[in-house]
Amino acid sequence: MSGLLVQTNNSLRENLWRYFFVAIPYIWLLLFFLAPFVIVFKISLADPIIAQPPFTPFFNESSDGGFSIYTTFDNFRYLFQDSLYFVTYLNSVKLAFIATVFTLLIGYPIAYGIARSPQPTRNILLLLVVIPFWISFLLRVYSWMGILKTNGLINGFLLWLGLIDQPLELLYTDTAVYIGMVYSYLPFMILPLYANLVKLDVRLLEAASDLGAKRWQGFLDVTLPLSIPGIIAGCLLVFIPAIGEYVIPSLLGGADTLMIGRVLFDEFFLNRDWPVASAVAIVLLLLLVLPIVYFQKKQAQENLEATA
Amino acid sequence: MLNQRSRFIFTALCFGFAFLYIPILLVIIYSFNDSRLVTVWGGWSFRWYVELFNNENILDAAILSFQIAAITATFATIMGTMAGFIMARIKQFRGRLLFSGMIASPLVMPEVITGLSLLLLFVSLQDFIGWPGSRGMNTITIAHITFSMAYVAVIIQSRLTEINDSLEEAAMDLGARPLRVLWDITLPIIFPAMIAGWLLSFTLSLDDLVIASFVSGPGATTLPMLIFSKVRLGVSPDINALATILILVVTLGLCLAAWITSRQNRSLSQS
Repeated sequence: MSGLLVQTNNSLRENLWRYFFVAIPYIWLLLFFLAPFVIVFKISLADPIIAQPPFTPFFNESSDGGFSIYTTFDNFRYLFQDSLYFVTYLNSVKLAFIATVFTLLIGYPIAYGIARSPQPTRNILLLLVVIPFWISFLLRVYSWMGILKTNGLINGFLLWLGLIDQPLELLYTDTAVYIGMVYSYLPFMILPLYANLVKLDVRLLEAASDLGAKRWQGFLDVTLPLSIPGIIAGCLLVFIPAIGEYVIPSLLGGADTLMIGRVLFDEFFLNRDWPVASAVAIVLLLLLVLPIVYFQKKQAQENLEATA
Repeated sequence: MLNQRSRFIFTALCFGFAFLYIPILLVIIYSFNDSRLVTVWGGWSFRWYVELFNNENILDAAILSFQIAAITATFATIMGTMAGFIMARIKQFRGRLLFSGMIASPLVMPEVITGLSLLLLFVSLQDFIGWPGSRGMNTITIAHITFSMAYVAVIIQSRLTEINDSLEEAAMDLGARPLRVLWDITLPIIFPAMIAGWLLSFTLSLDDLVIASFVSGPGATTLPMLIFSKVRLGVSPDINALATILILVVTLGLCLAAWITSRQNRSLSQS
């Protein structure tokens, strides 16, 4: 009898512990991740005013002590009326998409090569892919400025070869933004592709070649279709952060390289229009909701398969 | 035929790694360039390093960034480990779906949105409860913990799903209480993953420009903020020197971490 009591006492304590354990990260994320979005949404419905903070309050205390809620869709209407924002969203998607395609074309052979290397070399090559990912993003983008600028290394080299008479305009162009994006996000593409390609059953390729398939046929009909989950994961990991990118277009892009992250940043810091910046953020979020949810579904699926 | 294929793979790898490493190597080489014109070679020299260590702004920013990174890494590792454990081992509790969404989203959230939303939270909190007072190190650290813990959680979760829970179940069957199991079995197993998480959080925090720019207040300038404001105007030789130091520190740390984990794996597979 007393033993039973101790038992329930213990499990009660264990349950309390468990609640406590779940509650700490839960409350932190509710407060510092979810609540901020609600506030962004709230402020996107406010009017800008010259004050501190520079927007109209959501709740208005009226003279008789009651509350009224003040909302306006003016900021969103403004986004749709000013073609600058529409062009910027389109341009962000275009730049991110093209950069993703190039990253895939460059990353796939590398991932394939690593996956087909013998074991000790493979680990070293993987480490070599990971090291740049850990080195400061900002500094890696910066490293291209010295290479691409008018009297930089590429122009110097081409002039020395005599291929060009005048230095090419490379830095502060869309080309530079593409190079910066492919360079910065290449590890994000290689790692999921590698993880997929290394699992590939080589016997399938042997079977294909036994049945008379040429090597490129084996690749096109066996390897490529089986690696589609890796391709999707890699492309999403590049495309999603590339759309909202701020550092790359502001360091390597020209004044006319419109990207939404940059417009949001400037709207906030230069124009100090917090409500419009919030509306820009909400629309960007809506743009990204589909790929993000899709990505999380995929991840959850893979986790399930890993546990099963 | 085979030769042709391996030649193709070899070329792909060579070009790939050249592309990844040549820009970094060039920064390192030009950090020893004596000339003020960054891309004109003027002979070897350490003058930019000397200038760097005499620049108080840079040193102050570096100290601030390293402090934030160390605090961030520690708290993010604790909470990220809890979150990863919850995701991998506690299959059912109320609000699990929301929790898994919140822990995975920071990984793919554009930095401008995270930064803007956190700043607006801090401003609103200031209005309602008078906290956090002034923005600076405290707000940057909170923001960094929030996105770093998501990365730690992913590492811990994947480590825990990789190893099956038979050890933990065996201990439970033998009468060990859950907390005891957590402390004696689970934690030692995931300890290398926790170290990896700590290092990742540290570098993520040290590297962040956008979120820190949003949530920082007057007077608190982190190293990336300082670098960005200088680099915006063009290439600068003392930033090359600073970059070289950071690159060497990160590379050494990574190689050390890789060496430790490979040794641990070997001793694990032996025992």
